Amino acid sequence: MSLPTRRSLGRWVPLTFLGGGLLLLLAFFYFFGGWSLSPPVDLTICNGDEPQTLDPAIITGQLEGRLALALYEGLTTRNARGEIIPGMAESWTISPDGLTYTFKIRPDAKWSNGEPLTAYDFLHSWERTLNPETGSQYSYQLYYLANGEAYGTGKLKDFTQVGVKAPDAQTLVVTLTHPTAFFLELTSFQTLCPVYLAGIAKYGNDWMKPGHLISNGPYYLKAWRLNDYILLEANPYYWTKVDFKRIKVLPTANATTCLNLFSSGKVDLILDKNSVPASLVDDLRNEPYFHANPFGGTAFLRFNVTRKPFDDLRVRKALALAINKEDIVRKITRAGEPVADTLVPPGNADYHPPDGLHYNPDEARRLLAEAGYPGGQGFPDVQMLYAKRSTPEQVATEMQALWQKELGITSIHLRGQEWKVYLNTQSLIDFDLCLSAWVGDYNDPQTFLDMFVTNGGNNLTGWSNPTYDKLLDQSETIANPVERMKVLQEMEKILVTEDMPIVPLYYYVGISLYRSDKMAGFEPNFVDDHRWGALTFPEKKKP
Amino acid sequence: MTTLITRRLLLAIPTLFIVVSLTFLLMRLAPGNPFSNERKIPPEILAELEKQYNLNGSVSSQYFRYMGKVVRGDLSISTQYRNRTVNDILAQALPVSMLLGGLAFLLALFAGIPLGAFAAVRHNRAADRVAMLVALLGLSVPSFVLAPLLVMLFAVKWHWLPVAGWGSPDQIILPAICLAIPFAAAIARLTRGSLLDVLKLDFIRTARAKGLPEDAVLYRHALKSAILPLISYCGPALAGILTGSLVIETLFDIPGIGRFFVNSVLNRDPMMSAGVVLVFSAFLLFMNLVSDVLICLLDRRVKIE
Repeated sequence: MSLPTRRSLGRWVPLTFLGGGLLLLLAFFYFFGGWSLSPPVDLTICNGDEPQTLDPAIITGQLEGRLALALYEGLTTRNARGEIIPGMAESWTISPDGLTYTFKIRPDAKWSNGEPLTAYDFLHSWERTLNPETGSQYSYQLYYLANGEAYGTGKLKDFTQVGVKAPDAQTLVVTLTHPTAFFLELTSFQTLCPVYLAGIAKYGNDWMKPGHLISNGPYYLKAWRLNDYILLEANPYYWTKVDFKRIKVLPTANATTCLNLFSSGKVDLILDKNSVPASLVDDLRNEPYFHANPFGGTAFLRFNVTRKPFDDLRVRKALALAINKEDIVRKITRAGEPVADTLVPPGNADYHPPDGLHYNPDEARRLLAEAGYPGGQGFPDVQMLYAKRSTPEQVATEMQALWQKELGITSIHLRGQEWKVYLNTQSLIDFDLCLSAWVGDYNDPQTFLDMFVTNGGNNLTGWSNPTYDKLLDQSETIANPVERMKVLQEMEKILVTEDMPIVPLYYYVGISLYRSDKMAGFEPNFVDDHRWGALTFPEKKKP
Repeated sequence: MTTLITRRLLLAIPTLFIVVSLTFLLMRLAPGNPFSNERKIPPEILAELEKQYNLNGSVSSQYFRYMGKVVRGDLSISTQYRNRTVNDILAQALPVSMLLGGLAFLLALFAGIPLGAFAAVRHNRAADRVAMLVALLGLSVPSFVLAPLLVMLFAVKWHWLPVAGWGSPDQIILPAICLAIPFAAAIARLTRGSLLDVLKLDFIRTARAKGLPEDAVLYRHALKSAILPLISYCGPALAGILTGSLVIETLFDIPGIGRFFVNSVLNRDPMMSAGVVLVFSAFLLFMNLVSDVLICLLDRRVKIE
């Protein structure tokens, strides 16, 4: 027999350790684990994921962009329908040659700490964005400014030579290199929004923490817990009033969780296609809270025109004609995506896309035989690159099957890669075929068509056509919008019907879930840009 | 005892050093760039970003600069969450995972040990078979099946509990149960197995011969010895459960660190990856030490070298 003390020690050690100790830990973490009673909010939004940053100059993603446009405001902004309206600038004039824009800043424009916002804030914020040391991946949106590109790439060190001046606190004069029809769209984008530089100077890397972050948009940042929530509160100094005073933004990434939160009434608005389970879209589509609208994004297939057999136009054309795109949108994407025969999605009132190529398997077989591969015989082994995510994987598999069925080609192999690796492979043009997509930055065909300029950073097909390049240069100098659109249409005709380095597959659809008795002011728009400041109470609930 | 603890703590330092080094180097050697996205980044901007995040120059020079910071306790800035340091992120996320994991661990113990004992006493009878079938199910049904199933029943259908989120006590119940079930099952099977071994031993026969009631034999004598293998299992298990779970945290929208283990790799965020691996390794080493010390205290047959 051991001593009683040792016995009792032996008996109680596990219980004391595990029970008592962990209960103490629990009590400790109850106070330090982030459990706080958050105040009631007017609106809860599922935003799709945790934002990488809230610095408007650095932001590249859509979900960060939505937050940024609630916090900041550029010279112009958008209404619920996505149309450009005055923002921080109350008015502007454009010189007849389309090269000089003179913005008048609102006299009552203020930051969320009550300090006045002036033209100098824009001047210095743009300087910061363009400065290569800032590391802004979207700084090219300021390359339209005279000398903007030279400064942005570090060739020019003197910012005073860049085409933006602030003669007084209320006036901002912008000079462009060529007439840019969509410049007022750019000024509404987060990259061109002003930041509170005094705060950045004071807090350094911590400047966007709640309490530090001063913004000029409809909301300011009240709280931000990583992967937990962001709390936005109406900015009392904003030039107009917003309906929803306090918005809670959830970073919920899992689509099923988003839908569960919505169904149980914990979330009022879901605004990302990725936040709705793809397999349930068919069932959800008939619900009154389901809203879908086409927007400016296109899924397409890239050919590597520098490799055999895709250096042969007939092969590219044959593969394009053999794809039954209807099959893809009906079987796989299922959210009502329109089939795409052109790269530029319909939606710009002034632009009329050319008539693209339609599904025609007979012609496809003829062309393939003509190119030397009758019935797919002798077709070399090629690989189709795609990002290893559910939709691209299914689309790739479907296309592989379609080519086998229609053309008899059995040597197309699938090569799915993890997202970051896929981006790397695509940027090295190390593929034969590649499933890609593009979402426009602004509502203008140029955001799609300038990609394919010779050696363009986003061309990534090896394709080059001097006529195409010449037309792009030409389009940039034309001030007349109708003439300009005609040139752009000519370019797209080359791209999708004549040379075909790409095959458009389908246009994107934006999906949002909300109940109209809770919220209004959310209208379909081409850029899928729904500013939270523009959301309103439903008519009948208005006080 | 003090020598054991000191030696193990000292050994932990090179272990952690190697683990962090390997993680960082593997992340930097893997294809894919932390800053890449669908739009091409101008080369001068990419160079600037790499400079800002200390990812310029050769991999070895990146590594030495990074480790230089690590030894000073600075885990650098995450390349994914651009304005947060890894220290910041861990400080916010780790307590969340530990709270959830701690509760799940308690649940697992309080469900697993009685279930195992219950089965052991009824060895090879129907009740044993049923209990072990339940445990087998708990072990083999993956959490990405179990969690949505429980959410569907308890949250969506019956509205007893919230579907997801963090911030109130009722939101912790479902995720804690989902997290606890596989551990409870493992603990139940371990307890049963080890109890069966112990119940065959002489001292149990002696205890019964003395006329002790069966409950006293089981709980006061048998279980005390049977708990030892359980403790060596619980050390590493606790390290795992306290550092969160990707599936549970994603499905229940919990701001813990579990999701960073996978996401930081997908995002090619070398700092975050090395940071979470460091935390997990430190937990693992510490918990192993704690379980070894506990075993020494409880079982006098184990000699400290």
